[in-house]
Amino acid sequence: MTGQAVEREVGRPRLRKEDARLITGQTNWTDNIQVAGLTHLAILRSPMAHARLTRVDVSPALRRPGVLAAFSGADLAEGLGSLPCAWPVTEDIVLPDHPPIAVDEVRYAGDPVALVVARDRYAAADALEAIEVDYDPLPPVLDLETALAPDAPLVHADKGTNRCYTWPLVTGETFEAVRDRAEVILKRRYHQQRLIPNAMEPRSVVVTPLAASGEYTVYSATQIPHILRIMLSMVTGVPEHKLRVIAPDVGGGFGSKLQVYGEEALTLAVARKLGRPVKWTESRSEGALATHHGRGMIQDVEIAATGEGRLLGLKVDLLADMGAYLMLVTPGIPILGAFMYPAIYKMDAYAFHCTGVFTTRTPTDAYRGAGRPEATFAIERIMDELAAELGLDPIELRRRNWIRHEEFPYTGIAGLTYDSGDYEAATDKALALFGYDDLRAEQRERNRRGDRVRLGIGVSTYTEMCGLAPSRVLRDLRYAAGGWEAASIRMLPTGKVEVVTGTSPHGQGHETCWSQIAADVLGVPFEDVEVLHGDTKAAPQGMDTYGSRSLAVGGEAVHRAARTVVEKARKVAAHLLEASEQDLEFSGGVFSVKGSPEARRTIQEIAFETFTNHDLPDGIEPTINAEHVVDPENFSYPHGTHLCAVEVDTETGRTRIRSYVCVDDVGRAVNPMIVEGQVHGGLAQGIAQALYEEAVYDDEGNLVTGTLADYLVPSAADLPDFVTDRTETPATSNALGVKGVGEAGTIASTPAVVNAVVDALRPLGVHDVRMPCTPERVWRAVKEASA
Amino acid sequence: MTRISVNVDGTTYEDDVEPRLLLAHYLRDRLGLTGTPIGCDTSNCGACTVDLDGASVKSCSVLAVQADGRAVTTIQGLAKDGEWTPLQRAFHEQHALQCGYCTPGMIMAARDLLRENPHPDPDEIRQALEGNLCRCTGYQNIVRAVLAASGQQAPGAAPAPGPEVGEEVSA
Repeated sequence: MTGQAVEREVGRPRLRKEDARLITGQTNWTDNIQVAGLTHLAILRSPMAHARLTRVDVSPALRRPGVLAAFSGADLAEGLGSLPCAWPVTEDIVLPDHPPIAVDEVRYAGDPVALVVARDRYAAADALEAIEVDYDPLPPVLDLETALAPDAPLVHADKGTNRCYTWPLVTGETFEAVRDRAEVILKRRYHQQRLIPNAMEPRSVVVTPLAASGEYTVYSATQIPHILRIMLSMVTGVPEHKLRVIAPDVGGGFGSKLQVYGEEALTLAVARKLGRPVKWTESRSEGALATHHGRGMIQDVEIAATGEGRLLGLKVDLLADMGAYLMLVTPGIPILGAFMYPAIYKMDAYAFHCTGVFTTRTPTDAYRGAGRPEATFAIERIMDELAAELGLDPIELRRRNWIRHEEFPYTGIAGLTYDSGDYEAATDKALALFGYDDLRAEQRERNRRGDRVRLGIGVSTYTEMCGLAPSRVLRDLRYAAGGWEAASIRMLPTGKVEVVTGTSPHGQGHETCWSQIAADVLGVPFEDVEVLHGDTKAAPQGMDTYGSRSLAVGGEAVHRAARTVVEKARKVAAHLLEASEQDLEFSGGVFSVKGSPEARRTIQEIAFETFTNHDLPDGIEPTINAEHVVDPENFSYPHGTHLCAVEVDTETGRTRIRSYVCVDDVGRAVNPMIVEGQVHGGLAQGIAQALYEEAVYDDEGNLVTGTLADYLVPSAADLPDFVTDRTETPATSNALGVKGVGEAGTIASTPAVVNAVVDALRPLGVHDVRMPCTPERVWRAVKEASA
Repeated sequence: MTRISVNVDGTTYEDDVEPRLLLAHYLRDRLGLTGTPIGCDTSNCGACTVDLDGASVKSCSVLAVQADGRAVTTIQGLAKDGEWTPLQRAFHEQHALQCGYCTPGMIMAARDLLRENPHPDPDEIRQALEGNLCRCTGYQNIVRAVLAASGQQAPGAAPAPGPEVGEEVSA
């Protein structure tokens, strides 16, 4: 064991190694890449939600200056396969063909219909205007309920239905049985509006071919270079070993770059055809159409409880908007949520059904939280409603139902075994920081006075499942791959260390945190560690970054690989120090012989001596490098208590967040500074769903919030300061004791804010406000309640 | 084509450009100064913010020809001999960036603010940076960084977690 060395780096708020290049403008974004002979791809997209393509004539574009080539879908159909869906959640799921560029029918506004390749981006954009396309309109499919009617127009006529799948999870007693003995039953419908992820870096792809040998390097602003390599090989037929995929510096993802996009396949296909390097970079408004959306669900939720507020059962019926096609994990997103509706509560019955529905809109897929924010919203909203119905404080209702800290590990009604947690401790700490009792007293007084501006207090005591994922669970969920992660450690002869990780960071700080983990185990300086990632040549094995998995799975792999390095070094040290392995101690990076401390070697010296040694005994490999692939034994279950106080002006409908307190338990924190940053950013996105953001479509299926002028990504002026704190209940499913933190803030915060808004208005008879709770919606809710 | 002469980060460049060429594309594609990124097409996000003759502008909203005869400072022109400016240091020390895509614009806009108001309060900082979007940080640490760069302590903020400090955050 490494003894005190473990104390040294892990747990310390190390400033980030990544920052130097980012704050000086030396970052390597994909769109920065310039190579000799680079050409630029531009994509003509359907302005209609649903139409038959009767004519696509690209020839006028070819006559424009600077244009090298132009293609219709038909021109590229041969040799381009369907884009992959890796998560067919049921045996009878409807899996439509998904060509990277439309051939005979467009199914959402933004579906690609033609391509131009030109010398520069201006020439390419100009030439798009010359392409002639005839569209024969078909009816749009926009409403999730009417889309399932027998006579509904079809998104995929050949499939005969807009129903993609129905997926059940029914456990415990039947819901009907517990409903019969319940004293209180509440039924609510919640709408999860569509969201546009809006990572600040637009997507971009550069493909550089080495035509003579049929080799291609694909640079992409992606979260998943490893998965992308395999999938691009399958879609384009370029053999996997001839493809190198690089995710350079990537400017945020939030799930939107967890994808195998048509543009990635198209850029590769065009580079292959032309034998020239090709770049495609989306504009922000193009991305609003072409980059997948998140959320988009209708939730019918029914909860049954005793008169004292003990939960008996929960029933959830979900309609989930798939959009026009199934992308990489589209159907699985609501299923990730299925396990989370019962949250931290004990109950006797749980019945969940999800139906995926095709519509003529941009496909949906993972967006920060991916299924769990939706689930958490529904349960935490209805818990506040139930508390109001029973006349209980919402915290007290939760206390009566949550898993107590002494009950862990606890297998809940949805079948997950929560390894650790302490909901009491996090809640007590949050209540104290928030000044809960004082705020409640102020609220009572202001309600009594009938203030125009009401105070509302919202609660969210969430948990979530992350650290995707144990492979055997993924098998049961019909996911097409495992959930492992790989790491290797290269001890360079001079004692410097390269950590090679299969995770692919895009803002999370893996270079810093993996350095901390490796430095501790190896007992080497933090500065002596370099982390390599995001290049299938440098880091050949990986499952990439999403689902708050990187630390709990990938960090754990680094930790284990480093321990193997120490064990291999021990054998060499024993040889060099002429001692038996059992007589060696290892601490702070130094092997020493018990009883004779002057006989010592640092692990960095051993790296050099292994490199130069001529006479290692038989059976000792002349390297102390090591690699490890971890398949996690369980998900990780961060949890916490979020409390939000809002001031709602009942005459203007304006909501102002007065205070926001959260206490999160993400297990052991490798770098508390980075944990806090992840929580802040998560809160911002969760609050944005509650108050600001919505992808709005008109009746024809046009996205009407397709620019940052129409879609309200909150600015600094729209968000409050947050008070964040932590409790630390180590995870027991990994040696580091860590849980994920990337999505927790987003998952927790949306219901806390909406609960606060509704709590402010409940004395006026308001029981719900649909998200986003804009001033208009709040104002209307107040008017309707008083009418 | 129009002939322009622009000083960027201390170097004067003369080029023939199309009148419609955006300053952002001139910097990135013609001069290879890719430290200034582009994040949107409606001038909402501010990622491309640069300094033009002493005032911050969104370089996607300025034509290259409008920069003729003028001086542009980008994020790449701030550090001198490897020495970061106080704002750059503060962004690092206050963990005011994650993916870093908005950071060049954020720093350039904050620089403009501090020139006009050397000691802004948190609300003034939030208002001044309204035209610069960040999707990662929730802005709190950006506000802290601007306060720190102006020699102020953020109210309720933890002390800068420098590597030499190595303190524990309360569990």
